[in-house]
Order: sequence, then structure tokens, then C-alpha cells
Amino acid sequence: MTEHRTPLARVRGLGSAKSGTAQFWHQRLTAVANVPLTIAFVLVVVALLGRNHAAAQQILGTPLVAIVILLFIGSITYHMRIGMQVIIEDYVHEETAKLALIMLNTFVAIAVALASAYAIFKLSFGV
Amino acid sequence: MTGSKAPARPLSPHMQIYRWPLPMAMSILHRITGGGLYVGTLLMAWWLIATASGPNAYASFGNFINSWFGRLILFGYTWALTHHMLGGIRHLIWDTGRGFSQSEREWLSLATAVGSVGLTILLWVVAYLSIGGAQ
Repeated sequence: MTEHRTPLARVRGLGSAKSGTAQFWHQRLTAVANVPLTIAFVLVVVALLGRNHAAAQQILGTPLVAIVILLFIGSITYHMRIGMQVIIEDYVHEETAKLALIMLNTFVAIAVALASAYAIFKLSFGV
Repeated sequence: MTGSKAPARPLSPHMQIYRWPLPMAMSILHRITGGGLYVGTLLMAWWLIATASGPNAYASFGNFINSWFGRLILFGYTWALTHHMLGGIRHLIWDTGRGFSQSEREWLSLATAVGSVGLTILLWVVAYLSIGGAQ
């Protein structure tokens, strides 16, 4: 039997399957989470249609609604970051541009997640 | 070209050569709707931040989303969401190794196409009815 791994890899005990499929797996994991969370999100949006600011503020700040939307935000932004990275890796072959776009993609995903989560926290705790 | 010595066989066919099979069209739409939802998430963030910011920001968002252009974007977002969700469920079924026969592939892909349009229309009918009820 031929040993292909470097001594460092052997010491760490990590084969490629330990982390190589992590992104693939996380994409499926968040996909499964997205299904019920998206249905819940759509129901909240439908319930808020045509309402004034005070009502929207009050409903979005309700604990159950706020928690569901926070979970929704976390799952979809993580999922969309993975999906967009796959698209970038498929179509952008120039190394610098690819790296820059993948970084930008991460920044956008984190910014959307934090900004949205901040809004929900503010609606929940006031100030 | 390479002249008369070139072997008489077809050049490698690409997407534009043959009729699009339905699963291929749905696969391409899955990626396109995914990209659309990425941008649509900014709209969701705007909505949440506007609500948290106060009545004026909320009204600004309302003006945009209630304009014909805003409604068009929201309609497209609804369809992208249902299409990507049904397509995603199809992919999860395929991930288990099931649903790969000729008839199942066609059926699952057709279900994504018909289901996403049907769900989108249903959601908008429910939305208009519930607004009518709230007013």
C-alpha cells in the first residue's frame, strides 16, 4: 500500500473527506433548514402586507416571529454565500478576480446577515 | 478550417445545438433563480432595516415596493423563491440516489416548473385577498 499523504497530513489525521466535502454538506444542511424557515418567513410577510409601521414593528418584534426570522436570515445567508461561491468558481477563472469576488461574496453575505439581524434585535428590544 | 483531411464527424455539440431537455432547463433556472434570490436578499434587508429605522424609512420602502416596478420585482422574487425551493427539494431527492429514471427525471422537473408558477400565483392571490381583508 502506497502512502500518499505528507507526514504533516498523517500527524493531523485528516483525510480529504474530513473537510473537503464540508461546503457541499453545509449547502445541503442549510437547504433542508431553508424549506420550513422560508415557508414561515413567507407566512410572516403575508401577515404583514398592507400594515402600517406600528403594526409591522410590533409583529416583527414578537419573540416567536423574531426568532424564526433570525434563523431564516442565518440559514439563507450562509446558503447563498456557498451558492454564489460555486457560481464564481465555475465562471471566473482568472485567479485574482476569482479571489476578489469570493471575498466580496463573503462580505456581502455577512453584511446582509448582520444588518438584518441587527434590525430584528432593535425591533425586539427597542431603543 | 483544417481542409479536406479533417475527419467527417460533428464538432462537439454544445447547448445551442439540441433541444433543451426539461431537466437541463430546470437546472439552469435553479442557478439563475439562486442568483436572483441573492440580490433579492438585499430587498429583505432593506425592508427589515426600514422597519427598525422608523415610520419614514418604512414609508419609503412601502413607496418602492408598492410601485409597479417594486411589485414586478417582488413577483419575480416570489417565483424565484418557489422555483429554487422546489428545485432544491428535487436535488435533495436526487442526493439520496432516488428519482433518476427517465420518467422520474421528467416528472420531477415538470413538477418544479408547474409547481413554482402555480405556487407563485396562489401566493399572490392569497396576498391580495388578505390585503383586501385587512383594509
